[in-house]
Amino acid sequence: MADTKNISLEENFQAKVDNEIKIEPKDWMPEKYRKTLIRQISQHAHSEIIGMLPEGNWITRAPSLRRKLGLIAKVQDEAGHGLYLYSACETLGIERDELFQQLNTGKAKYSSIFNYPTPTWADIGCIGWLVDGAAIMNQVPLCRCSYGPYARAMVRVCKEESFHQRQGFEMLLTLSKGTAEQKAMLQEAVDRWWWPAMMMFGPSDKDSPNTLQSMKWKIKRFTNDELRQKFVDVCVGQAKVLGVTLPDPELKYNEETGHYDHGPIDWDEFWNVVKGNGPCNRQRLKTRNKAYDDGAWVREAAIVHAEKKEQREAAKAQVA
Amino acid sequence: MKKNWPLWEVFVRSKQGLSHKHVGSLHAANADMAIENARDVYTRRREGVSLWVVESVHITANKPEDHEELFDPAEDKVYRHPTFYDLPEELKHI
Repeated sequence: MADTKNISLEENFQAKVDNEIKIEPKDWMPEKYRKTLIRQISQHAHSEIIGMLPEGNWITRAPSLRRKLGLIAKVQDEAGHGLYLYSACETLGIERDELFQQLNTGKAKYSSIFNYPTPTWADIGCIGWLVDGAAIMNQVPLCRCSYGPYARAMVRVCKEESFHQRQGFEMLLTLSKGTAEQKAMLQEAVDRWWWPAMMMFGPSDKDSPNTLQSMKWKIKRFTNDELRQKFVDVCVGQAKVLGVTLPDPELKYNEETGHYDHGPIDWDEFWNVVKGNGPCNRQRLKTRNKAYDDGAWVREAAIVHAEKKEQREAAKAQVA
Repeated sequence: MKKNWPLWEVFVRSKQGLSHKHVGSLHAANADMAIENARDVYTRRREGVSLWVVESVHITANKPEDHEELFDPAEDKVYRHPTFYDLPEELKHI
């Protein structure tokens, strides 16, 4: 009996998804849908939070006040995006604190891209252009995700992401018109970021067994390879504007498909970084844990202050 | 025992003349802090002129399984809509 009930609940759920009716927090949903979303939204939130680290370390070294203002605002946005997403994730019945623990202990993943270092100012520009560019490709379809709170959070994120990409591109454009040294710095940064950015879309479709289910549930709207192709196609023209070469000798236009073909991706490198052996994995987690631990007294003090204030107000009310 | 900051729901009035609309939630130790955090999290680009915060535990929602009982009765009450009433074409402004 219970089984029949579950089947009809699941059919009803899938019918809503098929008809583009959003699923809201208290609606019935398959347990696996809930788990998939918790994993995906929390990884996304963690990526925003860790994503502040490689950029944050350039705030004090930004070359002008204009650049510093832009970068501070961008890093603050990343924190905001993390918070929108944690808040969406909590609607699925998991506590914020548990999500933080999963990040801090390394149990949860975040986007591997943030395990690469930012040795020069041009790397910060590349994060805006390529990393945020790839993120936008991924995120725009998520605005139509079947889960209401996630879709709504993504609408806010996407609105703000466009400023991030433009500020990065402007930074690089300035370098592209600069001295020979600046131009070289720009090209070297593009060489460093191109392939990791390509990997941001995740494993190739044939190695991505969960994609089919996620597409059926309309959590995902495009496959990893479809999104990667869109990214390649727009980047080629943008690279020309910057006068840089994308470091892929096999990159060329395919008349038949109307798309740019690209060379093979080094999936060994991808999995190696995912598994924790990228250039900065340990450093990022250490910095994150230090920030969390150093903030513990603030969180505790705020609770005590709030309690004292409440008691004082209650006492005042009694006297009156 | 470790205590966490409670969850607050945030409502923003985007401009004078419109009602407050739910935008998301956040954690804060008390209402004052919730307002300050809501300012930083939800109105960095002039999205609002007024903020409401309410602790999430104080919100009561209907149960999704009561949906039919609550909302279906309105489905067949077409006579509550102006188009239900037949009037001659020549009648204007009504």
